[in-house]
Amino acid sequence: MSNTATENEHDPLIPHGHKQTGRVGDRVFRGFASGAGIFVLVIMGAIGAFLVWKSIPSLQADSTNFFTTTEWFPDDNPAVFGIAALLFGTVISAAIAMVLALPVGIGIALFIAFYAPRPVASTLAFITDLLAAVPSIIFGLWGLAVLMPNMQGTAQWLNDYLGWIPIFSNSLGIYSKSLFIAGVVLAIMVLPTVSAVTREVFIQVPSAHIEGALALGATRWEMVRMAVFPFARPGMISAAMLGLGRALGETIAVALILSAAFTINWHITEPGGNSFAANIALKWNEAGPIGLSALIASGLVLFLITLAVNMLARWIVSRRKDFSGAN
Amino acid sequence: MAKRIDVSDLDIYYSKFLAVEGVTFSVEPRTVTAFIGPSGCGKSTVLRTLNRMHEVIPGAYVNGKVLLDGENIYDADVDPVNVRRTIGMVFQRPNPFPTMSIYENVIAGLKLERTKGVKRDKASMDAVVEKSLRGANLWEEVKDRLNRPGSGLSGGQQQRLCIARAIAVEPQVLLMDEPCSALDPISTLAIEDLIEDLKERYTIVIVTHNMQQAARVSSTTAFFNLAGIGQPGRMVEMGPTAKIFSTPTEKATEDYVSGRFG
Ligand SMILES: Nc1ncnc2c1ncn2[C@@H]1O[C@H](COP(=O)(O)OP(=O)(O)O)[C@@H](O)[C@H]1O
Ligand SMILES: [Mg+2]
Repeated sequence: MSNTATENEHDPLIPHGHKQTGRVGDRVFRGFASGAGIFVLVIMGAIGAFLVWKSIPSLQADSTNFFTTTEWFPDDNPAVFGIAALLFGTVISAAIAMVLALPVGIGIALFIAFYAPRPVASTLAFITDLLAAVPSIIFGLWGLAVLMPNMQGTAQWLNDYLGWIPIFSNSLGIYSKSLFIAGVVLAIMVLPTVSAVTREVFIQVPSAHIEGALALGATRWEMVRMAVFPFARPGMISAAMLGLGRALGETIAVALILSAAFTINWHITEPGGNSFAANIALKWNEAGPIGLSALIASGLVLFLITLAVNMLARWIVSRRKDFSGAN
Repeated sequence: MAKRIDVSDLDIYYSKFLAVEGVTFSVEPRTVTAFIGPSGCGKSTVLRTLNRMHEVIPGAYVNGKVLLDGENIYDADVDPVNVRRTIGMVFQRPNPFPTMSIYENVIAGLKLERTKGVKRDKASMDAVVEKSLRGANLWEEVKDRLNRPGSGLSGGQQQRLCIARAIAVEPQVLLMDEPCSALDPISTLAIEDLIEDLKERYTIVIVTHNMQQAARVSSTTAFFNLAGIGQPGRMVEMGPTAKIFSTPTEKATEDYVSGRFG
């Protein structure tokens, strides 16, 4: 490296000093970039190690199966606790959120990018960007105070007309504080994220592909399927993962809405349910030493789930690399 | 299969900007018509009005008529989607769909027919793919790698793939906007040979920057120019290619083809 740099000083074709500052700049930048990369890995590793280390005492103390138990009495003697209900509630509420937010978010992004007239498009884009920045406590409060009372009818409708699908049936006749409502609030929370990210990706689809499809006689929707979706697929998956990550880890909105219960109840419109993040927030202050360790163990599971989700997304994105359009 | 085109009094706008004014001309079936002229004078703009691709740009519109075998493609009850299915287009930069294989690229237009209830089995799809790729002089080069991505081909091959994609749907007219400008001389020659073959079956309109190319491939040539600085483009004259390049009527045309400006 330093060799070539000194050679260049004598090269008459290269303006004096110019190339060299470029090289120094290069080196500084490379050092900075790889440093930042390593820093991220170290932080990840440190968090993982911390979680494992702190969860060991509770896992040793647990007298039942950590994965299948639906109770949470870690400070009892013997300790009885497991994550089954937390895992169930987290996955179901996040799944409801994604099922609702993905199509709507992508639809909004498509509308902004390809259908709406310019002024409408930029206004909508501005609003979704604003919504993406609203703190989750606001969504939680709004969900609790406004959405929940107004969603009873919808939940009842689901029971009345789709009740033959087991998850929608509700034998209690009480429709509030359910995983369903939590999922809807989560959906509204992640919607702006999903929509803003997919919109950015859609806008980057080269107009050559869009015009290529239209010139073949594609309708707008056919053009979207032919030229936009294939090109934007990796970005759409990233957007979904960002949204899913937020939904899985959301604490306060879920904690406010659910009436925390350690049950696995497939009737999603009935009260009850719980999630990793909400449970940690609700139990932290009253927990004893083993209780804290147990909460951290549940946090470790959430950490691993998000890691797995992200790795899965990367794998999906890389599967058809030849066809990615990057070459 | 090939149809004639009659354009009359066409004014072409980008929002408030009048880009091309008062264009009137006719294109006979099974001929090659070349558009030449300095850049920015509206050749691409005029070409794109012939299959209603112009209006894809927000705010863009036209006044006037474009008749395809006597029917105005700008009539209120005409769906631009159908116009574009009848009139194929090849762009300046090869634009195969990057996520599709060579095979999928060729049948991309056919797949759209499925929405209209046309069903094709695998064998007939295969036949169309072979026929179109042969028609685009590409078959021998790609027949062993039909399932590889189209974006892995050379620029010239990609452009012929785009031509195959355009002719797979058996259009009436083929529009080409400087199809060779991004290609090397050998690929350019291959495309020019191809145009020679294609004109047996299609009406072809080609924009070209290269006057030798216009002289080689076309039977009719139209010269476009700006009416003046800051003024809209217009068609200066149109006639048999041999005449335009030897004894044009207009002074501006003569200056241009003899290389005195542009
Ligand atoms: N998308 C567009 N929006 C606005 N003006 C455009 C657009 N495309 C072309 N124009 C204008 O229309 C005129 C003709 O352009 P074009 O048809 O591309 O010329 P040519 O193909 O002969 O080089 C130019 O003044 C150009 O700036
Ligand atoms: Mg042009």
